[in-house]
Amino acid sequence: MSRYADLVLTLLAAAFVLALSWAVPWLRFVMTIAIAKGLAVLGILLLLRAGQVSFGHALYLSLAAYVVAFMAARIPEVLLLLPLAAVVAASIGLLVGLFVSRYRAIFFGMLNLALSMVFYSMLDKFYEVTRGGDGIRVPVTSFAGVVLSPDQQSWALLILALVLAVGFGAFVRLYLLSPMGSALSALKTREARLEFMGIPARRILLSAYVLSAFMAGCGGALIALSTRHVTPALAYWTASGELVFIAILGGAGSVFGPFLGALAYELTRTYAAALVADAWQMILGTVLLVVILFAPGGLWGIGRALVVRGRQA
Amino acid sequence: MILLSAKGLKLAFGGVKAADGIDLDVRNGEFLAIIGPNGAGKTTFINMVTGYLTPQAGEIHYDGQPLVGLAPRRLVRLGIARSFQLPQLFLEHTVAENVALAIAAREGLWSPIRPLMRSAWRAEADDILAQFDLSDIAERRADTLNEGARKLTDIAMAVALKPRLILMDEPTSGVAASEKISIVETLVRVLRTAGVTAVFVEHDMDVVSRFADRVAVWSQGKIAALGPPGAVLTDPNVLRDVIGIETEAGHAAA
Repeated sequence: MSRYADLVLTLLAAAFVLALSWAVPWLRFVMTIAIAKGLAVLGILLLLRAGQVSFGHALYLSLAAYVVAFMAARIPEVLLLLPLAAVVAASIGLLVGLFVSRYRAIFFGMLNLALSMVFYSMLDKFYEVTRGGDGIRVPVTSFAGVVLSPDQQSWALLILALVLAVGFGAFVRLYLLSPMGSALSALKTREARLEFMGIPARRILLSAYVLSAFMAGCGGALIALSTRHVTPALAYWTASGELVFIAILGGAGSVFGPFLGALAYELTRTYAAALVADAWQMILGTVLLVVILFAPGGLWGIGRALVVRGRQA
Repeated sequence: MILLSAKGLKLAFGGVKAADGIDLDVRNGEFLAIIGPNGAGKTTFINMVTGYLTPQAGEIHYDGQPLVGLAPRRLVRLGIARSFQLPQLFLEHTVAENVALAIAAREGLWSPIRPLMRSAWRAEADDILAQFDLSDIAERRADTLNEGARKLTDIAMAVALKPRLILMDEPTSGVAASEKISIVETLVRVLRTAGVTAVFVEHDMDVVSRFADRVAVWSQGKIAALGPPGAVLTDPNVLRDVIGIETEAGHAAA
């Protein structure tokens, strides 16, 4: 898609999110969480480009969330907490990445899963520090030095989430077209050739991995600031699976996919849980099955195909 | 001047001696063909020179510098490139992108925001593809090409690295007989223009006799004969052992 079309679509999507959040106030929170998860899924999309699936990225999301929870009392400022949490997530991403970027396919996926579960156990078991399954309450934080009312704060976080989504979306879009991004998808089909061209494949993957951890960190910080309560459930393996689920649901073909997938996922979950409390997971499972079988490009792919068909008609 | 010098290379896989004391000097600017039956160790030699395999004994010098133990990535930086018997293309990329990625590998890869297909690289990729007569398929995805185009793209990627020495593993295998000569003609013209020294494994004796400056005959991990095609390809022992033709002289010698 052209840059112009993408820009228009971005503005429309942002306007839609803002309008919906204004019309249905309680959806503001749902939207913020969805976009926050979308940021983490954007990282999953990067790794998918390299043919690698991480079943452990909730590690970075939850790590950042806990950084916010621990530090909020000392640094009660959103605009400091969020970058701090993201940088911590990226730093741990670098350490872990040095190790996991040596592995591919199922080993890559499972190592990520294992490490995230180690972190989950630490959160769950070290009660003295983490308060275990009770979790930690995040104290009230200021936004750009101003202590906002809960209503204003939720708007501020939603807009911050949107700004981050647009910023990272634009960055990842450029990244995928850059030499580093091209080498990333080249790694998927012919990794050995990269080495014979002088391109260090492992470092290419590591760069994407650290970026993905950074974005997941931003998402995790937003979740902690919005929910104002963090628990080990954020790090549980199902949370990582959820990110992969959203990536497939939204489609890995475009940077819009993760956010589209995340919004669809959160809205379906919210409404389906209210309407058919016991069956919402079944509904999501069926949707995923249909997407995998009939629309491997995800919701983004479906939407695109409809637009193309509409133009041809 | 000697560009590449191999001395006493040995490498065995279990009991199979893929290299059993290979001594070979490659002269700057020449086209050296490697011929020999399957399993003689031709590809093993290329793999040792390009860092994919490490010889158990022996030395390789390139431009006076020892090579053994260096990773493929380092060797590319020194000016050694290779192409593959089974073309190793990035299947989800277009032909132009495949070549541009090689240019990026040479010029500076670590840019997360400037496009791969920036105008200068795009122009260079187009230029390289034009030299290989591949301009028509520049925008085709690599997984949609026929074997001849795949081979040439594979070599174009190696050439885009601006090597001084290129090692090609069977550049015409799998290519239709009718296409073979024209592909090699293109290849030789490009490499001669760029002043690249070439070592290539080849089974087609017609190609070898027309395009090689010298021929090295591989047999059971050793070099059985080495010299200009006119002399080597008429050697009765070579004809019998490598090409499988019995001559009267060869018969008498045996």
